Amino acid sequence: MSKSNFTRRGVLKTSALGAGALALPQYLRADGHAGFTNAPGDSEVVLGFNVPQTGPYADEGADELRAYELAVEHLNGGGDGGMLNTFSSKVLDGTGILGREVKYVTGDTQTKSDAARASARSMIEKDGAIMITGGSSSGVAVAVQALCQEAGVIFMAGLTHSNDTTGKDRKANGFRHFFNSYMTGAALAPVLAANYGTDRKAYHLTADYNWGYTTEEAIRASTEAVGWETVNTVKTPLTQTDFSSYIAPVLNSGADVLVLNHYGGNMVNSLTNAVQFGLKEAQANGQNFEIVVPLYSRLMARGAGENVKGIFGSTNWHWSLQDEGSQAFVRSFGTKYGFPPSQAAHTTYVQTLLYADAVTRAGSFAPCAVAEALEDYEFDGLGNGKTLYRGDDHQCFKDVLVVKGKENPTSEFDLLEVVEVTPVDQVMYSPDHPQMGGADASLGECNNGA
Amino acid sequence: MTDQTTQTPLAKPAPAKSGLFGLEGKDATLLLVVFALVVFAPFILNPFPEGSGMAQFNAGYPDLMQRFVIFGIFAIGFNILFGLTGYLSFGHAAFLGVGSYAAMWSMKLFTLNVIPGIFFAIIVAGLFAAAVGYISLRRSGIYFSILTLAFAQMSYALAYSVLTPLTGGETGLQIKNTDNPLLSSIPEGEIGRANLFGAQMGSSYEMSVGSWLFTFNLGYYIAALFMLIAFYLSIRIFRSPFGMMLRAVKSNQQRMNYTGLTPKTYTLYAFIISGMYAGLAGGLMVAMDTQVGPERMFWTASGEVVIMAILGGAGTLIGPVLGAGAIKYMENILSKINKDVLHQWFAFLPEGMENVMVEVANIFVGKQWHFTLGIVFMLVVIFLPGGLVEGAQRVTARFRRKKSTSNTPAE
Repeated sequence: MSKSNFTRRGVLKTSALGAGALALPQYLRADGHAGFTNAPGDSEVVLGFNVPQTGPYADEGADELRAYELAVEHLNGGGDGGMLNTFSSKVLDGTGILGREVKYVTGDTQTKSDAARASARSMIEKDGAIMITGGSSSGVAVAVQALCQEAGVIFMAGLTHSNDTTGKDRKANGFRHFFNSYMTGAALAPVLAANYGTDRKAYHLTADYNWGYTTEEAIRASTEAVGWETVNTVKTPLTQTDFSSYIAPVLNSGADVLVLNHYGGNMVNSLTNAVQFGLKEAQANGQNFEIVVPLYSRLMARGAGENVKGIFGSTNWHWSLQDEGSQAFVRSFGTKYGFPPSQAAHTTYVQTLLYADAVTRAGSFAPCAVAEALEDYEFDGLGNGKTLYRGDDHQCFKDVLVVKGKENPTSEFDLLEVVEVTPVDQVMYSPDHPQMGGADASLGECNNGA
Repeated sequence: MTDQTTQTPLAKPAPAKSGLFGLEGKDATLLLVVFALVVFAPFILNPFPEGSGMAQFNAGYPDLMQRFVIFGIFAIGFNILFGLTGYLSFGHAAFLGVGSYAAMWSMKLFTLNVIPGIFFAIIVAGLFAAAVGYISLRRSGIYFSILTLAFAQMSYALAYSVLTPLTGGETGLQIKNTDNPLLSSIPEGEIGRANLFGAQMGSSYEMSVGSWLFTFNLGYYIAALFMLIAFYLSIRIFRSPFGMMLRAVKSNQQRMNYTGLTPKTYTLYAFIISGMYAGLAGGLMVAMDTQVGPERMFWTASGEVVIMAILGGAGTLIGPVLGAGAIKYMENILSKINKDVLHQWFAFLPEGMENVMVEVANIFVGKQWHFTLGIVFMLVVIFLPGGLVEGAQRVTARFRRKKSTSNTPAE
């Protein structure tokens, strides 16, 4: 076959080269190793924005991305500074994070946990991202959070409402600003009792997946606590588009309230069906029949159109809020993009700021130091009033908005009105609450990675 | 469809111990080429120096390299069924998913070592494939495809909601800090990680040469080893009498029946083998990244492997692997190019031109990568019905012809 020249000189040469090649990396890597994954250099720091750009939540993903770009602009000293000016912590001065310019990479989660993890891993392994944030569904958030825990970077969750994210699947490296199913239940129940009375019989239609389960559980528990009765709970497949067959039995079930534990396109379709069946005008048990949608988003309200009028639900934030922080954010977002931000945009913007702030206060990008700075941190001026990042489960505690579909909307963005701001004490729960995974749930140890 | 393999002579009674592991000529060369490509992938996939504008196109990071070989295995297995027998299974992702869940449970309950996990994945996927195949193979053609699709969607729906206690539902399964596998001891508060006798899948050795950075990841090389074995086995199957029978099923089942052979037995075996390949891929996915979710079984995932096989060249040995690589590359690299990156590329142009160029280029990258994939797929199917392999063959043929005309007169 081939001639091999095994001369003494050749062997020596090759082995010297080989040894050199082996020793080289050690030597070159020595300085870049600061004891945690992806330690940034002196001039810039890379954040990973992992949002759904395709699939059912693409609209929300697009809005999240807009907010991230705005946050980066503000952190780097561009624009009007947005909520940096109203934030209670004043350590961020528009010079990036710890003097490093903020760069970012984006990825598409496709609202699939596999794709989301692949995208997050490429950000961590290839682009050297020090923090991953984003996501518009709980499955993705839980999956990416676990990945970040393993890789040793911080995860700042985007729009994820399931209890599990900071409940049974909580992780030491993961943080959530958005509210959750439990809070929705706790905030909504008193308002429902006040408006619809305490002698009500509820019928639940629940999307057949984790978020649906935790939401149903939360709403059930809190409405039963105010005296309601739950007549029936029916699970609907996530891919269902026509809910007629699920709505038809509701009227004869003896129930007088229909709770739609649906999100996104599911909710748009089921609500539309319910209204077509005349449930809004119907009478049952001598009272007006009512419909409740636990989690609202503006995009859903837009999809359902006329049908949302007068229907109660909850939301994390709404652009019509009059506090200084919200106004500053709406102003800079509106100036840049020409329309008001959604709650998804708000939570992701805030998360980016909170991360930058925590790094600056900690004086380090090391995930454990950042986590410590975020834990039990109280802040204000970011649109939700006084907020606490609880150390036990890395969940933000703040006031919850109960909203109602507006009767006379003035624009395509003005679809919801805030009915009540439920104070934070009312939605507080203990970290080992049974709905949150009970006593078994724990954050584990924070991980700095390699 | 041009089928390069049909041009090779019939399998001879295996000459003992000749060539490379019993492979001869072209096959041995092919195996060596694949071996070299796989071993040196960290270099080949990272041709651009760090920090340069072209670094965007580097694919040599652990996650993507692992995906290349894992989906390579998946596509090789699919090709054993589709390429040889012509039975188009539209539900192959179900076996991948079942394999993943099996491996996951092995890691959660039994041991964090990846080997038993992968072993279980193959076995469980094989059993599941036997059951599905037994029923689906009663029909052929479109009815077979629809049956497999139905089974896959059923598995997906079960995993997504009904079997939530077993599959974790939408959130999927992960290793938790409450998990305590039988044979592994995890320190309190730590989360177990997949390992091979203590060596973690994520551990990498980084080598910088000048401004280049090459990453040698343990997990990748383990997956690559499995892929080489899978590839070798597939060559052996292609060249075996059994492989001949499978081709016979494709060309004329009736004639086979008249000869006194039962095509169904052969197709069923092919189906099971192909399901086990998918299970292996699924098990490896869990070994590399300890997480599994139901969308791994969604019909689009099944469609993807069909596209991989056709894009690369169905019925060829190396084709499916190339197809898998091409699709995973687009999915992971093209999709990450955003407008910001495009603006950097075209920054040298005058303002107006720059914006136009960015808008035009933006149609093909970022979230529109599916569009690019669609165009490539269409072009391949129309102009290269034999896939990328046919493209390569045409190019080499052209070079050869030129050479032969210049050097030697026509034969």
